[in-house]
Amino acid sequence: MQVDRRQFFKICASGLGGSSIAMMGFSPTVALAEVRNFKLAHASETRNTCPYCSVSCGVLIYSMGDRAKNAHSSIIHIEGDPDHPVNRGTLCPKGAALLDFVHSPNRLKYPEVREAGSSEWKRISWDEAFSRVAKLMKADRDANFIAKNADGVPVNRWLSTGFLAASASSNESGYITHKLVRSLGIIAFDNQARV
Amino acid sequence: MTNHWVDIKNADLVLIMGGNAAEAHPCGFKWVIEAKKHGSAKLIVVDPRFTRSASVADFYAPIRTGTDIAFLGGIINYLLTNDKIQHEYVKAYTDFSFLVNEKYDFDNGLFSGYNPEKRNYDKSSWSYQFGADGYVKSDPTLEDPRCVYQLMKKHYSRYTPEMVEKICGTPKAQFLKVAEMMATTAAPDRAMTIMYALGWTQHSQGTQMIRTGAMLQLLLGNIGVSGGGMNALRGHSNIQGLTDLGLLSNLLPGYLTLPGEKEIDYKAYIAARASKPLRPNQMSYWQNYEKFHVSLMKAWYGDAAKAENNWCFDWLPKLDKLHDVLQVFEDMYQGRMNGYVCQGFNPLAAFPNKGKLGAALAKLKYLVIIDPLATETSEFWRNFGEYNEVDSSKIQTTVFRLPSTCFAEEDGALVNSGRWLQWHWKAAEPPGEAKADTAIIAGLFQRIKAMYKADGGAFPDPVLNLTWPYRIPDQPASEELAREYSGKALVDLTDPKDASKVIRKAGEQLDGFAQLRDDGSTASGCWIFSGSWTQAGNLMARRDNADPWGNGQTLNWAWSWPANRRILYNRASSDPSGKPYNPKRKLVWWNGSAWTGSDVPDFKPDSSPADGMGPFIMNPEGVARFFAVDKMAEGPFPEHYEPFETPIGSNPLNTNPAAVSNPAARVFKGDMEAFGKAQDFPYAATTYRLTEHFHYWTKHCAINAILQPDQFIEIGEELAGEKGIRTGDKVKVRSNRGQIRAVAVVTKRLVALNVNGKKVHHVGIPIHWGFKGVARMGFLSNTLTPFVGDANAQTPEFKSFLVNLEKL
Amino acid sequence: MALQSLDIKNRSATTTPTPQARSTVEVAKLIDVSTCIGCKACQAACMEWNDIRDEVGSCSGVYDNPTNLTENSWTVMRFSEIEEQGKLEWLIRKDGCMHCADPGCLKACPSPGAIVQYANGIVDFHEENCIGCGYCITGCPFDVPRISKKDNKAYKCTLCSDRVAVNQGPACVKACPTGALQFGSKEDMKDYAQERIADLKERGFDKAGLYDPPGVGGTHVMYVLHHADRPQLYSGLPQDPQISPLVAIWKGATKPLAALALGLVALGSLFHYVIKGPNEVSKETEAEVEKEDAA
Repeated sequence: MQVDRRQFFKICASGLGGSSIAMMGFSPTVALAEVRNFKLAHASETRNTCPYCSVSCGVLIYSMGDRAKNAHSSIIHIEGDPDHPVNRGTLCPKGAALLDFVHSPNRLKYPEVREAGSSEWKRISWDEAFSRVAKLMKADRDANFIAKNADGVPVNRWLSTGFLAASASSNESGYITHKLVRSLGIIAFDNQARV
Repeated sequence: MTNHWVDIKNADLVLIMGGNAAEAHPCGFKWVIEAKKHGSAKLIVVDPRFTRSASVADFYAPIRTGTDIAFLGGIINYLLTNDKIQHEYVKAYTDFSFLVNEKYDFDNGLFSGYNPEKRNYDKSSWSYQFGADGYVKSDPTLEDPRCVYQLMKKHYSRYTPEMVEKICGTPKAQFLKVAEMMATTAAPDRAMTIMYALGWTQHSQGTQMIRTGAMLQLLLGNIGVSGGGMNALRGHSNIQGLTDLGLLSNLLPGYLTLPGEKEIDYKAYIAARASKPLRPNQMSYWQNYEKFHVSLMKAWYGDAAKAENNWCFDWLPKLDKLHDVLQVFEDMYQGRMNGYVCQGFNPLAAFPNKGKLGAALAKLKYLVIIDPLATETSEFWRNFGEYNEVDSSKIQTTVFRLPSTCFAEEDGALVNSGRWLQWHWKAAEPPGEAKADTAIIAGLFQRIKAMYKADGGAFPDPVLNLTWPYRIPDQPASEELAREYSGKALVDLTDPKDASKVIRKAGEQLDGFAQLRDDGSTASGCWIFSGSWTQAGNLMARRDNADPWGNGQTLNWAWSWPANRRILYNRASSDPSGKPYNPKRKLVWWNGSAWTGSDVPDFKPDSSPADGMGPFIMNPEGVARFFAVDKMAEGPFPEHYEPFETPIGSNPLNTNPAAVSNPAARVFKGDMEAFGKAQDFPYAATTYRLTEHFHYWTKHCAINAILQPDQFIEIGEELAGEKGIRTGDKVKVRSNRGQIRAVAVVTKRLVALNVNGKKVHHVGIPIHWGFKGVARMGFLSNTLTPFVGDANAQTPEFKSFLVNLEKL
Repeated sequence: MALQSLDIKNRSATTTPTPQARSTVEVAKLIDVSTCIGCKACQAACMEWNDIRDEVGSCSGVYDNPTNLTENSWTVMRFSEIEEQGKLEWLIRKDGCMHCADPGCLKACPSPGAIVQYANGIVDFHEENCIGCGYCITGCPFDVPRISKKDNKAYKCTLCSDRVAVNQGPACVKACPTGALQFGSKEDMKDYAQERIADLKERGFDKAGLYDPPGVGGTHVMYVLHHADRPQLYSGLPQDPQISPLVAIWKGATKPLAALALGLVALGSLFHYVIKGPNEVSKETEAEVEKEDAA
C-alpha cells in the first residue's frame, strides 16, 4: 500500500496536531462536539393508528412546524404511542417504517386514466374523473339493473359492476361506501375479510 | 377475537396454530411474551414451518399443511377419552346434553343428506329433537346415545394419536405432548388462549378448522374467561370494522343480512332472523333484530323509510346466490361483468390464480382504482416482461386511478382485532391532489345522483332518497358519519316503563343499542357500534389507559363493541351460581342483586343465576354449540378433508372417493381440471407473510424493501439435498397454473414428514413481491394458487396446494 | 463553552482532562435473545430515526438483510439455525456496537475528538472530526465500525445519544415489540437480566447467563443468552473479546512527542491497509496544519 503526500500530511496533522495542542493545555475546539440535536424538539405531534395489521398500534406522528397557516406540515417521523395500552410505544418493522409509506415514491398524486388499448397513463382532473366514472356506472346500471327476477319478485340488484372496499380505510369510509354500494343495488361486494 | 390483545397476558398456555403471531402481529405477540415473563405461561406452536413464533416457543410440533382438523380432532378425542374436560362448564354452558334428530348420521366421510350432483347437503336431519313444550330435548345424564356428547365422542373416536400421525405427519410423541399440555387447562383456574389467523382461514375447510379449535376451548372451559378465548388475529387495521359494517356480498351493517330473493315477505324476513329461545328462560338476543334493521333503514333512507313500505324493504338488493370474490372473478372471466371498483385493494395479487385474474380484468369495460399507492392491479394491462406478460394494445379496459389519502392524512376510527374502535387524527395534507376515500365516494355519488335526478334511469328511488345530511355534500366529515352510524333519536324517546319520562330528545345521540326501536323513532347505521358517539361525545377518542383491576381491562380507552364490552361471553367466567371460576382473574360475577366486575357483563344485568339463563345470549339455545345444527356447509361436526390438491391423494379417514376433499366446497367448471396431481406436483406448498412486510404495500417503502428485498422460497435440507439445491441458488417453482422464479432458502426449519406411509416435503412461499414497488421485482405468488375456497366463507385455499420444483 | 448535555469521559487522541464534577448514571441496552423474534423492528427504527437508508440488496439464501453492518445499517439481525440432540433452535442476535467500557475504537483513533465516550457509557463517533483512517475498525473487537463510501468517514450505532440526551430510550429499544430490548441504568439492566436468566433456567436452559465481557471492561450493550457458555453459537459472538494488541502499541506511541511522527506514520500504514481508496484531506485540515506550521 502506498502512502501519498496528502495522506502523510494528514496523519501527521491529526496525530501531531491533536497531541501537541493538548500538551499545550488547550482543549481543542474540534473535540467539543455536541450530540446530534433532538430532531423532534419543535415538531407537532399528532395521535394516529398504524394502518397495517389489526393490532392497530397507537402511533405519534411528528410533522414540521407548529401548524401555522402558511407552513406545510410535512411528516418527519413516526413512532409508537407509549400511552397506548396494546403497543405501549412499540412498533413492528412495518410500523417503524411508516414514514417511508407516507413518503413512498409510489404514492399517487393525481387522477389518471389509461384509455382502452393504451400503454400509458394520462393525467386528468377530478372533475373529468368523477364525470366519466359516474357516466360509465350509470350506463351500466341502467342497462343491466334487474328490477324483478323471473318470478316477478322485486330483487333490485345490479350484478354487472362490482366493488371491493378497503379494509385499511376508516369506519366512516366503509360506512359511506356501504351506503353508496347498496343504494345502487350492487351485490358483488367484498373487502379483504375473505382473503 | 373473543378477548383482546392485552388479555393474552393472563393466559397460562398459549397455542399459536394457523397463524404466526410473532411475525404477522409482533406488537400483539408482546402479550404472549408478557404471559411467559410474568405469568410463567408456556407457548406451543404447531405449524408446518418452524417460524419466528416457534423460535421463542416452549414447544413446537410440525404438522402437514391443511390437516389441522385431524390434529385438533385428535386432541378432542384425547380430552374425552382421558376425561380432561371442565365438567361443570360443558354441562351448564354447552349443548352437551341436547338430543339430536334421529335421522342425523355420519358414514364413511359423509354426513346425512348429501347431494353429489349439487355438491351440497340437505341439512334437515342436522337438527335437535324437540319436546312437546317446543324446547330442545336434553338428557342431563349424558347417557342417551343421541345426545351431543355421545355423538361427538363417537365421531372423534376415530381421531387416534396414530391416525393424527398418519394424516398430519406429526410424530405421536409430539402430538401427545401438546395434548397433555392443553389438558392442564381443563382446571377452572387455568386458561389457554388460541391465536390463529389466515393459517386456518385459507383452506377449503378453514371455517371448520376454527370451529374445531373453538370446540376444544369449550371442552376445556376456556371461552369467556380471562386469558382464554378464540382469538382471530385479523389482517388489516380495519378489516374488523369493515366486516362489522357489513361490506360483504350478503351482509348489512352489524351482521344483519341481506334478504334472499325467495324472501318476499318483510315480516317473514324478520321472523327468520329474530330467533325465539330454544330453551326455557333464554335471552336469544337476536329477537331484537327488527329494532336494528329498522334503525338502519331510517339511517339510510330517512323519511322515505316508513312502516307502510316496510321500511323500504324492497329497495334492498335481493340475493340470488353469494357473490363473493371468487364468484365475481369467475363471472368476470366469463365476460358477465362490465365494471369493477377497487378501493384500497389489489385483487390481481390478493386472489388466487393470477393468470385467470388478469384475463378476467381484461374483459371489463371499466376499472376504477382508488388507492394511495400504485398497485399491480392498476397496471394489470402493462407489460412487465415475465412478471406480467400482456399485450396492452389488446386490452380494452378503461382504467381510472384515483389517488386517496393514507392514514396520516385523515381523521376517523379503525376497529382493531379486539373490537376496539379507536379514533385517529390527521397529521398532514396528502400529496398532490389526493383526496380522502370519503370525499371520493361522495364525489362519485353526487355525480351519479345528479344524473339520476336530471335524466332518470333504472330504479332511481334508493339513489335519490339516500340520506345525505352532510354540511359539505361532497366532503362528509368523519365526525358526521361516525355520529350517523352510532345513532340518534328521531323523535323524543320516552321510557318504555314511564311514558312521561323523555330519555332522549329528538336529534340527540343514543346511549347504545338498547335504546333502538322498531317503530322508526330511532336511526343507527350500525347497531353494534351504537353508543360509540353519545351525547357525551366521541367515546372512540377516549385515551384513559387506567387498568384499575390490573388485568388489562382498560374500559376507558377508546370504545369496544358491543356496549364497550371487552371480553365476549364473560358470564361464562363465573360458575352457574355466579362465582368466578378463577378468583385470581375475575371478570364478572353476581353480587347478589346484579352482575358486576372488571368488564361490562355480556349478560342481562339483573338476571339472577337462579333463572338459569345461559351465557351465550346470542344463541337461541343460550349455550354454545358443539353440534353446529345447520349452520355449516359441510357438517355439524368438523371432519378432516384433504386439501383439493393433496400430496397423498386419499383421505386416511374414509374410503369414499367423494369425501377425499371437502364435499361441500364450490368448484367452478374448469377449475377442478386445473387442480394438480401429486405425481406431477409432489410437494405440499403453502404461502405466507414475512414479518418485514405487509402484503403488497411495504414493497413500496424503502426501509421494508431493504429489510427483505428479494423474492425467495423456503425448502428443507432433505429436499434440497435430493434436488441438488444449495441455499442462495435460483429455483423455479411450478404449479398446475403457473410458475415463479425465486432464490432458495434452504433451512432446518422445514422438515420432511411421514404421512400415510409417504414422505411429504413442504415448499414455503412468501407472498410479498410483485412488479410495482421499490423492492426488487418479483412474481406475484398467486400465480401458483388454486381457485377454490372454503365451503362457508369462500376464503381461497392459499395455504395448501401442490408444486414441483427445479434448480435453475 | 458550557458543559454539554452529555458529559464526555474520554475523547480520542486527546489528553485534556474531561469534566468530572457532575455525576452521571451509566446506561445500558440489554438484548434478551430469548425473547427476540428477529422481526427487525430495531433495524427499521434505527434507519428511520437516524435518517439512513441502505441499498436495496438481494437474498443470499438467508433471512439476514442487510447481510452485514454498513455505514447505513448500524444494527442487523443475525440468524443461525442450531440443531442439537434433535432439538432445533433458531438463535437470532441483534448485532451492532457494544459501547465497550474500554473502547478499542476510541483507543485506536488518531483524530482528536472523532470518537468520544460519554460519562454515561455511550461511545459516539463525531464524523465531522473523522479522518477516515479506519483504525477504529482494527481497534474494535466486535467488527462494528464501517467507513462510508460516500464521505469516507466512520459510522456506527450512537445508542441514539441524541435521544438519550433528552432522556428518551434509543429508537431500537422504543420500537422492540416484545421487549427483548430494554434500556436503563446499567445496574437496573443487570438486575433485570437476572430475572430473565432465572426464568430461562426454569425452562431448562441451565447455561443461561449475561454477556458483559470483562475483556473490554464490560459493555453498555449486554446480552441475555440461553447458552451463555457458548456465545459463538449466536453468529459468532466472541467468547472473550479483547482489544487488539496493535492498539496498545499505537497508544503507547502516540502519547508523547512530535519526534515520533514518522514512526507514527509507519504504524499508521500498518493499520491503514484495512481500508480502501485514498483519504481526502479536507481544506480545513490543510488549513489547520498550515496554521500550526506557522505557529
